[in-house]
Amino acid sequence: MTLPDGVVRRAFDGRERLVTSGEPVYGEPTDGQWRVWDVGRSKLGAMFELGMDVQLSGGESVLYLGAASGTTVSHVADFAGPTYAVEFAPRPVRDLVSVAADRSNLFPLLKDARRPETYAHVVESNLDVIVQDVATRGQATVAARNAIFLDDDGLLLAAIKARSEDVTADPEAVYDRVLEELAETYEVLETRSLAPYHDDHLGVVARKQ
Amino acid sequence: MTDDAWFAGLPPGDTEEAIDSIASGSAATPRAWPSIAVDEGYADSEAEYYDRLRDATIEAARRAVRSREQADDSQLVHAVRSMDDTERIANELAERTAEWAGTLFEEAEPTVAGVRSLAGREPQTDAEGHVLALAEQVDALAEEAEALRSFIERQTPQIAPNLDAMAGSVLAARLIALAGGLESLAKKPSGTVQVLGAEDALFAHLAGRGTSPKHGIIFTHEYVRGTHPDNRGSAARAFAGKLAIAARIDHYSGEYREEIHEELRDRIATIQARTDGGDE
Repeated sequence: MTLPDGVVRRAFDGRERLVTSGEPVYGEPTDGQWRVWDVGRSKLGAMFELGMDVQLSGGESVLYLGAASGTTVSHVADFAGPTYAVEFAPRPVRDLVSVAADRSNLFPLLKDARRPETYAHVVESNLDVIVQDVATRGQATVAARNAIFLDDDGLLLAAIKARSEDVTADPEAVYDRVLEELAETYEVLETRSLAPYHDDHLGVVARKQ
Repeated sequence: MTDDAWFAGLPPGDTEEAIDSIASGSAATPRAWPSIAVDEGYADSEAEYYDRLRDATIEAARRAVRSREQADDSQLVHAVRSMDDTERIANELAERTAEWAGTLFEEAEPTVAGVRSLAGREPQTDAEGHVLALAEQVDALAEEAEALRSFIERQTPQIAPNLDAMAGSVLAARLIALAGGLESLAKKPSGTVQVLGAEDALFAHLAGRGTSPKHGIIFTHEYVRGTHPDNRGSAARAFAGKLAIAARIDHYSGEYREEIHEELRDRIATIQARTDGGDE
């Protein structure tokens, strides 16, 4: 698979690491303009690292659902175009705002990803990509509702967290249920466990249909 | 055409209204806002549109965070203490009023509700005037207690989403109040959370009198009270353990985490099953 423009592999302390170019955000190691993308702290980073075919070339317009304090979305904004970052909890948004202040293409929104109508007046249509990392029940529903923002063949890159749906059930059974619901709106292209970087998470690449 | 857009009707450069609109606006479906903004003269170019969008979203997010955080835990502590005081005073005054009212009005019941039902009548004598004035006070106090309760129910989920979901708004607020704030609650070990509100019993125990208390204020919750007495200690310990974790998540991250709630529900079900199938 190929990495999008703006994401490269570079040797850090003798180890090949993913890096992007931008202002440092969370104390990650840097070398000149390059800063390490800590894949242990980023599910999207883990999807890249594990070689999933994320089909990005760089410069895409992005809606990021579940931006939290901006760790991952800061790297996305480094290689993508306009990046809308939705997060529901106020405390992490405080950090997200300072990440956005250092970047010209990152738009923070304190909104609930389960209610796209509360930000459809701000987020533009025909986006290239949705990145989703929300730790709530009903992750497939969130992806389906937000499909209105995607271009006809827009892409969904999701990290499905089994424990958010049902702590007691077997993760595999949870994934099957989520994927089945996703298939109503998206064509699932690839799935892969994000272990060893993230336990009980499934990386999903899907295309809107 | 573009009534839905966040910039609809705004003069370019009016940041205040733009911030408002981002915070409170809505649209059924998104549209190609950048090109619409250029077509309608809100911005000269898409680059300028994105600049304005960026300034407005950053400031809107900053303000929204500030106002959500101002719904802070100290307000909640005052509210829950005030609610308790108002309820207690309403009860005491209702008792006094009902005793007097019983000599003047036949149907006066010795409860807050009974006394409240007297409020608003026309007094026929001086004595009735005093009784009905007291009844008005009881009514006003009870009404304020209800208003405080709904204030607490609105505020707690904002301040402590996990404690709120786990314990219910009022118990969560009481735990925060007993600990002296969310931060202090987040720093308490679960054994302390377990006996918050049972300080008298705890200190009696430490002084060598009596057994150690199994539960404090958390006894009011169904997880403890709904468990067979033989297992209440286990239930209280499990509940307090998860409450302590919920308080830490609420204080340090502020994000709702479903898994701790599921784990607790499972744990309580297991504990309650010990007696449900056994000696009952």
